[in-house]
Amino acid sequence: MMNWTLALPEAALACAGLAILGAGVLPRRHDMFFPISMAVIGALVLAGVLVLGQGDGAALAGQYVSDAFARFSKVLVLIGAALALTLALDFNQTDRDLARFEYPVLILFAAIGMMLMVSANDLMTLYLGLELQSLAAYVLAAFNRDSERSAEAGLKYFVLGALASGLLLYGMSLVYGFVGTTSFDRLAEALTAEHAASLGLVTALVFVLAGLAFKISAVPFHMWAPDVYEGAPTPVTAFFASAPKLAAVALLTRVLTQPFGELSAQWGQVLWLVSAGSMILGAFAAIGQRNIKRLMAYSSIGNVGYALIGLVAAASADPAVRSEGVRALLFYMAIYLLMTIGAFAVLAAMRRRGRPVEEIEDLAGLARSDIGMAVWMLVFMFAMAGVPPLAGFWSKLFVFRAAIEGGYVWLAVIGVLTSVVAAYYYVRIVRVMFFDAPGAAGALDARPASLTVVMAATGLFTALFSVAPGPLLAAAQAAVAAIAG
Amino acid sequence: MYVGAVFFPLLGACISGFLGRWIGPIAARWSTVVCMALAAACGVPAFFDVAFGHNPATVPIAAWIATGGLEVSWALRYDTLSAVMVGMVTFVSFLIHLYSVGYMAHDPTQPRFFAYLSLFTFMMLMLVTADNLVQLFFGWEGVGLASYLLIGYWYERESANAAAIKAFVVNRVGDLFFMLGVALTFWTFGSLEFTAIFGAVDQHLGDRFLGVPALELIAVLLFLGACGKSAQIGLHTWLPDAMEGPTPVSALIHAATMVTAGVFLVARMSPLFEYAPTALAIVTVVGAATAFFAATVGCVQNDIKRVIAYSTCSQLGYMFFAAGVGAYQAAIFHLFTHAFFKALLFLGAGSVIHAMSDEQDIRKMGGIWTRVPVTYAVMWVGSLALAGIPIFAGYYSKDAILEAAFASHSATGMLAFLLGLVAAFLTAFYSWRLLILVFHGAPRADEHVMAHVHESPLVMLVPLLLLAAGAVLTGYLFAPFFIGHAWEEFWAGSIHNAPHNHILHDMHEVPAWVPLAPTVAGFTGIALAYVLYMFAPGVPERLAATFRGFYLFLLNKWYFDELYDAIFVRPALAIARIAFRVGDQRIIDGVPNGAAALAVDAARGAVRIQTGRVASYAFTMIIGLVLFVSLLYLGTTR
Repeated sequence: MMNWTLALPEAALACAGLAILGAGVLPRRHDMFFPISMAVIGALVLAGVLVLGQGDGAALAGQYVSDAFARFSKVLVLIGAALALTLALDFNQTDRDLARFEYPVLILFAAIGMMLMVSANDLMTLYLGLELQSLAAYVLAAFNRDSERSAEAGLKYFVLGALASGLLLYGMSLVYGFVGTTSFDRLAEALTAEHAASLGLVTALVFVLAGLAFKISAVPFHMWAPDVYEGAPTPVTAFFASAPKLAAVALLTRVLTQPFGELSAQWGQVLWLVSAGSMILGAFAAIGQRNIKRLMAYSSIGNVGYALIGLVAAASADPAVRSEGVRALLFYMAIYLLMTIGAFAVLAAMRRRGRPVEEIEDLAGLARSDIGMAVWMLVFMFAMAGVPPLAGFWSKLFVFRAAIEGGYVWLAVIGVLTSVVAAYYYVRIVRVMFFDAPGAAGALDARPASLTVVMAATGLFTALFSVAPGPLLAAAQAAVAAIAG
Repeated sequence: MYVGAVFFPLLGACISGFLGRWIGPIAARWSTVVCMALAAACGVPAFFDVAFGHNPATVPIAAWIATGGLEVSWALRYDTLSAVMVGMVTFVSFLIHLYSVGYMAHDPTQPRFFAYLSLFTFMMLMLVTADNLVQLFFGWEGVGLASYLLIGYWYERESANAAAIKAFVVNRVGDLFFMLGVALTFWTFGSLEFTAIFGAVDQHLGDRFLGVPALELIAVLLFLGACGKSAQIGLHTWLPDAMEGPTPVSALIHAATMVTAGVFLVARMSPLFEYAPTALAIVTVVGAATAFFAATVGCVQNDIKRVIAYSTCSQLGYMFFAAGVGAYQAAIFHLFTHAFFKALLFLGAGSVIHAMSDEQDIRKMGGIWTRVPVTYAVMWVGSLALAGIPIFAGYYSKDAILEAAFASHSATGMLAFLLGLVAAFLTAFYSWRLLILVFHGAPRADEHVMAHVHESPLVMLVPLLLLAAGAVLTGYLFAPFFIGHAWEEFWAGSIHNAPHNHILHDMHEVPAWVPLAPTVAGFTGIALAYVLYMFAPGVPERLAATFRGFYLFLLNKWYFDELYDAIFVRPALAIARIAFRVGDQRIIDGVPNGAAALAVDAARGAVRIQTGRVASYAFTMIIGLVLFVSLLYLGTTR
């Protein structure tokens, strides 16, 4: 049944992407970056509106599914992509190599890939979406092609990504070999009938898990993240840390809770270790960092660890705990997405005499030269450290509560202890901004208006979330009902 | 009127304390003085209305605590006992405020001083009008706090800080017992409201706690609390040191607020004390011992304020043993008269100090009586009242106390009578020693100081004269009501005398020599002081040299401070030092520091794994994969 109209947002975005690509190539001019970027942002917004109007159901012969969970994730993915592109508007225009119209187009195609990922109802769609997103990401990582670090980052990401894709494909083929189908619906039926999980299927599951864990940079598949985050241009890093991560977590959630729901005892154990490992590594490894992008890489590893607590709770036998776990996870990722983009907006604004700077020391004395930016950074850092009443506090609270209700008390204990350690490096940044004397190199450049908009939007959300948490909670609840109800 | 008497001082304290910076020192101090005047204008009529108009009342203000079985409310209890205190406290405190305007005129932080002073008064009023033990405790701690702030008012002085801390800590020791007493009261009676407790005493006569009669234990604990506030022997060490505060503060502490709280507490709890004979015996002995001890020490001190401080200590002893033999009325009467003449003496001393350019050592004074005639006269009046010379206020109250002690016909009562008699002699002696050394003889101060000796300004003299009038008249005017024929009508049951207690009747029927004895003792003391310091000024030094050990014993206040230093302070410091070095620095600091060091190590390790080589990254991924697969294999096959 080819009721492709259900997939209208993706279709529309893809058509828009092709048209915009044409519009970028044909004029034979070099200053197409800004207009094309605006067109892409427009297309992303249009896709978002279409997503909001999307109905429930399966399409494209059951390969594609549209439900509240997918819509929730897609809206966040589109917001993330649009904000990440906004971060690049000013940053890329200062560098001839970065100010190319392919940049926004690549983000657009990555967004299509991510939308397919979260709507995937078949291992094939999953892989296609993932690869579409990944290929765009590899190019983006190396976008500053004259910079050695950027090229190295792209190459590393590509090689390791290929390995992860290999693992994923191998796992998927094993699944097909054991069960005889790639459709999520039929996999779920087949696995329900099978009472004991066979060794082969467990192996397949771990391979699939490994491939997906790479995308969310969870321990021990995280090694690429610090190098790539540091090497890639800052707006690209901001993009990597936000939308693709959310899409991959959503995908992982759908795969594990729907087709592999019956194997929750197995993947629950693996995720427990992955989550604990990510939290611990994210907390400790960040302490020694001097480069703030590298620090944010470890921070994002740690944050994925916290989010995965929710998914561990979703492995519980109790349906109430399951849905609470998934809800906590979605909630966590939504808040993480906005906090992270806000923090990266500050990072993108770190320039001195036109050149980007990336050391933590470069923030010294920021409170004196640019109190507005310092205050927003303070909000993001305190939120990430989990200080009430900022948004980051609630997201942590919900995942810990889900863990405790599911009986995963030790995971919650590790989570609390590592957040104490992590608070050290978040608060250290605040200290550097507010209490350290400015370095000899002088103050940072004035920040561009586009970044101010992003900082203010995400900062206000983070700071004032407690005032009206209702809509986000309700949306997350609806999304949960679609897959874990 | 009832509410105003208590809350005007608080208003004054708030205005001066919070707004003093903006409205300036002059407005701040006068606002407190005006508020105190208003409080006195409420408090004094309230006293007459309640005590002579027989119009006791309880003014509820608000509910305070209501949890389970414990219900406590804010309320002002105005019976005769409270009204006496309110009238006296507001009046005396007003005069002290007025006096301070002159005395503190050159101080740079006056708003702070006057705010503390008014706060002190408010807390004392809260204490005396309390309707329950918790509210009383609030006032009790409040005066403790205010006294701490005021004694340490000149905080840049090392000795003032030490004295303030000493006062606070010693008071805390007493407060501990007080709190235990309150807790045991609640345990026994199930309530902390005075009305409920006093009504239920009959039902709890046989109660025992840990094998001890509960009422006795409560009474002893409360008395020990009172000892802290009222500086009875053992817990008296803070009082002389409290002289570090400005002189008006000393006057306030010694006359109106703070030290009288303990006596008030015993009188307030009289329905309970009446059924605790052992506790009363303890009260008597401790009171008598304090009266005697402090009088002996007072004879050899050389600081003008310390001499008067020890006399306060001694007079408080009188009040306590009066309460101990059951004559609470006499105790409160002495408290009442004492407030006037002690405030007078302190303010007079302040006037002397003011005149002598802040000199406090009486050995460096002398020969100034012609230069400060008003001060000289009021000091005479105060001393006469203190020594219990007929027609002066102290005569009526002190005589009554000694008669009551004699009339109790108990061993402790007789002991108290004898010690009290000796103390009366010593009191007269040291009072005139002070007068003679300060005002007579050849000037011992240097010329520079002597050139500046001057009478105090009018704002200081007016309070002195008013207090002098009080020191002369209060005894004669009020004796018939407080302890005379009209006492039952006057007190209207606010102080309880058990049916077996006839002391107020018996004390008028003692042998004729008994009322004469204190007067004789007083005159003898005065005469001796004249002989030793006026006519044969070399004798005291020779006496001190001959009985050197005894002299030093007295001069060093019976070595109480040294004893406490050895028994409590040094061991406590030693324990604290161990707890700090081992417990805090090693263990409590060590654990987080060690954890932080571990975290840094872990961070270094984590960073080292990150080599930057793609091969090792891929290797890690594969290792992780293998690890997870084998884990699940183990789990599945088991």
